[in-house]
Amino acid sequence: MIHFTNVSKRYPGGYEALSNISFHMEKGVMAFLTGHSGAGKSTLLKLVALIERTTRGQLFVDGQNVTNISRRRIPYIRRKIGFIFQEHHLLFDRTVFDNVALPLIIAGYRHQDIGRRVRAALDKLGLLNKERLYPITLSGGEQQRVGIARAVVNKPMLLLADEPTGNLDPELSREIMSLFSLFNDVGVSVLIASHDIPLIEELDYPVLSLDQGHLSHTVAGAA
Amino acid sequence: MSRSRKNRRQSQHRWQDNLRRSLSPRIFLQRHTQVAFDSLGRLYRNRATSLMTAAVIAIALAMPSGLYLLLGNLERLSGSWDGQASMSVFLKQDVTDGKAQALVSQVGEWPGVASVQLITPAQALEEFGQQSGFADVLGVLEENPLPHVLIVLPAGEHLDPVAASALRDRFSKLPETDLAQLDLQWVQRLRAILDIAHRVILIISALLALAVMLMIGNTIRLEIQNRREEILVTKLIGATNSFVRRPFLYSGIWYGALGALIAWLVVEAGFWLLSEPVSRLAGLYHSDFSLETLPVQLLAILMTGGTLLGLLGSWLAVGRHLDAIEPT
Repeated sequence: MIHFTNVSKRYPGGYEALSNISFHMEKGVMAFLTGHSGAGKSTLLKLVALIERTTRGQLFVDGQNVTNISRRRIPYIRRKIGFIFQEHHLLFDRTVFDNVALPLIIAGYRHQDIGRRVRAALDKLGLLNKERLYPITLSGGEQQRVGIARAVVNKPMLLLADEPTGNLDPELSREIMSLFSLFNDVGVSVLIASHDIPLIEELDYPVLSLDQGHLSHTVAGAA
Repeated sequence: MSRSRKNRRQSQHRWQDNLRRSLSPRIFLQRHTQVAFDSLGRLYRNRATSLMTAAVIAIALAMPSGLYLLLGNLERLSGSWDGQASMSVFLKQDVTDGKAQALVSQVGEWPGVASVQLITPAQALEEFGQQSGFADVLGVLEENPLPHVLIVLPAGEHLDPVAASALRDRFSKLPETDLAQLDLQWVQRLRAILDIAHRVILIISALLALAVMLMIGNTIRLEIQNRREEILVTKLIGATNSFVRRPFLYSGIWYGALGALIAWLVVEAGFWLLSEPVSRLAGLYHSDFSLETLPVQLLAILMTGGTLLGLLGSWLAVGRHLDAIEPT
């Protein structure tokens, strides 16, 4: 699903966020990406989502070499990926329903399909009775779940989550993680960046550790 | 790994699905209609600001169209004079009534002459006395100072300036002629002045069209800045540039159309206000001239021009500013 070959990322100004990263993540795998802040977790996810571009090396997403993909084709790659942010990036002038519907509208779904799929996603995340509310009226955990609903509504093959539990208490964090497990169970590949080591250790998934831009160790399944 | 193969097949299927979906004309139309109304709704939600912008656009559009209409009316007026452009041939003082009569039948045969009317000095004096109110004073004159006058109406093909001048020259060469004068001349001068006015209005129109475009462009630029977060998010979840561009282009179109509609109302109202005094003035000249506004054509032209300028203006803004907003 994700394949890095000797990938480095150097930001303008010379700071090297990732150095010579190589790993392969199989389809249908769920894995964690850990490391201290500044270790390059976010950069790695941004490379996969083509928000940042690699400086060196080759990057494959879903079997496709996206290293030098043209800007015009980036949106179509991003539609295969559901991205969940720590600060969830919801649009506060739209209802929960409209926020979740956005990826479907972008992808050009029919009006009837949009309603059906949005409600299915909201139902899965226990937000069905909130569809008419504005995100500002929701709690932090609910907002994060709306963000997840938006990421999965398009049935992407890959979920990327950048510190999805960063602002949540342990109980809610565990709940969010179990949601990811559910999506993984139906075949979605999931890569979660998190520094919540205790929670990660509770769950039995492969872990990729980043240390100052280097991949320090990997655990079974994600090598 | 049968699961991964199955996933791949699914993904390919979904991938083709997406492509097909984006190509379906019905979805395309549905999407455009939705975005169009969405943009309109946004304009309505900020109606005070939108209306002010549209009003400025309207003034810029109303100015040249109003001037053009006025000019068109003037041209119509001068055109109606053109049709009856006649020539006055003043005969020498010593030409007698009989000689003048003979001359009338002689020149009546000339090619290019539609009709000739003789005004004798006696008739002229009487008419002058009536119109000026000096009849009593004129009665004191010992002899009639007025000459015989031939009013010559050129035939159709001799109405154009060159042929009419040639005809005048022929009359000038007659031994009986004192002076042959084309009444057309001042109409021609008016025409020349109107041509200049035409040019001036063209220049003004071009400048104001540019102003409208820049104004819409600037409005859209502000809107792009206000919706920066939304643009970022939509780009992050796979929006193409054309998807992001679309609502702003529609905003530009709506601004243009709204401005055009207001401009039309302004021009029509202005002409309505002018129509009464103009017909009063025309009445004083015994003319049934009245202002024409061609409301349907004007609306069509303004709408086309307005939406086009709106589209161009927003395109300019979008092209310059949208690419700069990329998620990081």
